[in-house]
Amino acid sequence: MPFTAPALALEIAGLHKRFDRPAVNGFDLAVRTGEFYALLGPNGAGKTTILRMVAGLLRPDAGAIRIFGVDALTDPVAAKQVVAWVSDEPMIYDKLTPFEYLEFVAGLWGVDAAAAQARARDLVDWLGLGEHAHERCEGFSKGMRQKVALAGALVHDPKLIVLDEPLTGLDAGSARQVKEVLRARVRAGGAVVMTTHILEVAERMADRIGVIAAGRLIAQGTLEELRERAGHGRASLEDAFLALVADEAAA
Amino acid sequence: MNAPGTVVWLARHEFRLAWRDWRSMITAGRRRHGRTIVAILVVFAAFMHGIAFVMLPRQIGAGEIDKATLLAVTGCMVLAFSLLLSQSLESVTRAFYARFDLDLILSSPVLARRVFTVRIAIVALSLAAMAALLAAPFIDVLLLRDGWRWLGAYAVVAAMGAAAAACAVAVTVALFRLIGARRTRLVAQIVAAVIGAVFVIVLQVAAIMSYGTMSRYAILQSDAVVAQAPGADSLVWWPARAALGDPAAMGTVLVVSLLLLALTIVAFAPRFGAYAVAAAGASQAIARRQRPAAIRPASPARALRHKEWTLLLRDPWLASQTLMQLLYLLPPALMLWKSFAADAASLVLLVPVLVMAAGQLAGGLAWLAISGEDAPDLVATAPVPAGRILRAKIEAVMGAVALVFAPFLIALALAAPVSALVAALGIAAAGGAATTIQLWFRAQAKRSHFRRRQTSSRVATFAEAFSSVAWAGAAALAAAGTWFAVPAAVIALAILGGVRLISPATT
Repeated sequence: MPFTAPALALEIAGLHKRFDRPAVNGFDLAVRTGEFYALLGPNGAGKTTILRMVAGLLRPDAGAIRIFGVDALTDPVAAKQVVAWVSDEPMIYDKLTPFEYLEFVAGLWGVDAAAAQARARDLVDWLGLGEHAHERCEGFSKGMRQKVALAGALVHDPKLIVLDEPLTGLDAGSARQVKEVLRARVRAGGAVVMTTHILEVAERMADRIGVIAAGRLIAQGTLEELRERAGHGRASLEDAFLALVADEAAA
Repeated sequence: MNAPGTVVWLARHEFRLAWRDWRSMITAGRRRHGRTIVAILVVFAAFMHGIAFVMLPRQIGAGEIDKATLLAVTGCMVLAFSLLLSQSLESVTRAFYARFDLDLILSSPVLARRVFTVRIAIVALSLAAMAALLAAPFIDVLLLRDGWRWLGAYAVVAAMGAAAAACAVAVTVALFRLIGARRTRLVAQIVAAVIGAVFVIVLQVAAIMSYGTMSRYAILQSDAVVAQAPGADSLVWWPARAALGDPAAMGTVLVVSLLLLALTIVAFAPRFGAYAVAAAGASQAIARRQRPAAIRPASPARALRHKEWTLLLRDPWLASQTLMQLLYLLPPALMLWKSFAADAASLVLLVPVLVMAAGQLAGGLAWLAISGEDAPDLVATAPVPAGRILRAKIEAVMGAVALVFAPFLIALALAAPVSALVAALGIAAAGGAATTIQLWFRAQAKRSHFRRRQTSSRVATFAEAFSSVAWAGAAALAAAGTWFAVPAAVIALAILGGVRLISPATT
């Protein structure tokens, strides 16, 4: 798939990655600015591998990745400047407080101290971490740790947020807070690409949904388009997803 | 008897885990065939027996056992026991706080008393096995040269393992009661470090004060101490007599130690479940309120250095390890103070001690900063070139090493400026080499796995040790003013070059 629109938030073309067997096999994707994109797929489909390549954590064997027009493979530092990566396992330090963690992340991304201070305060309040902002993270619950990681991802004001199962282990209240933060980012002109196993989240939040199997994008579109494609006009996303994956496996 | 939930069943489970852990330690986590493991063990055993063969004197005093011999053997045993007790304290503390399976076991209907009975026994057994493994080459060589009476040393090793485990349990329980679950973890680590070092340090301090030398044997073999020691028929010497093959002493020492362990288990095991639950509560509530602070402007490199130093300062395991290193530096510091202005020439002896300690400390810190990164993805996704990240981490390590050794160097510089300059260069070289080796052998791991870092790469561990010894040797020769320092430094560099060739970064 050739690159077309330079205003796209994320463009992936012909991506290949092989470990013992092919993990990603000619994957193409285009995510627009101001779009919330959900990536669905069965276990081992290659979702995390793709997102790790976008975040600069893995180098593809072949293919191209462009983030807001910047070639992520030839100029990874410039590409990383506008990307935030949130994994299902929160990447935080037990011996730092949330505030110290945000200070560290702001330093890594070279954020101006005054701007970082204001953003850190907003994020801590917004995510309900205010009471614990100056306590070490070692006793935090999984949900609180995930919120700290998310605050870290947002403190440098990224244009593209890449999330791998960010709602795993969160209670309903925390999950809602995280979803609101992400929607606000999209409304502000950023883009979000997220993998999830919670189909209801994809159904309710995503502007477009991509279905991946065996390292390839087998279908994408709005919920309605996917239902049409699966031939289950009135079915839920779950039905459409299972039908698409089953068709791909049979093919 | 082997039904689920029984002591035997639990012991089998613990043995299986211990065996796999040990196997993984031997093979550095790689899959290897049984034959390869046996070959590794045979080579290691042959090497250790070779060392023992060279180290031990050809003629062991047969016949009458005098006070000097008993004193020397007892000294060695106290030293070994203090190290076993230190290790034992760490193992017992881990039994409470390392909770990878404790939640599962304590939430099951199995009696907590049984679980901890087995765990304390396993700690004792592991200690005895470890001590026997390390002592075996020396005992075997003594058996070969001086006859069967040395077989008793194996029984004494088992007795020491049992006694050390019993003492460690008693100390940990006392700490739980005195200072509570929350503080016990850190204090037990510090107590372990102090116990592990204190005997050697006391002997060295006494030797420095009396004879102006750091050799701990100078005190044990001195006429004054031999004269003051109890008579050869005193009960104090029974452990030494047991090691030397006296059957009555051997039986008594073994029975007393096993009884001590059994009593400890009976007395404390029923309460261990409650202590473990308290320890879990402590780890949940350990978060501390800090003073709110403003975000300071920082470049990525500065942010990384600041983060590394903050984490190093707050690391309880590292605190105990560093404390141990610093404790070992006390005798040289005392020697420095004693020789100050009186005999600058003797200060040359301090140079290799400082260089060796710097190499070891830098290796540990470098592992924590480079391999023990708890948020590798976060750092890797930052818009900072990988080289700059590594440089900042290395700067953090070398900065910490400089901070620890600066007071010693300043004091040394006042008494012997040339020795201080050589020591500074040696510290930089040994610290730099140890850090470089950790860089070449870096493998992502959890920071909490610090104490197992040696098992992740045997080659890196030995390389780090050889490199530190080589630089310490070169620095000692340089401080003594001989040109032999040059070939010694070349050997140190050659070791580094050889390590580079076999490092994963190259292969």
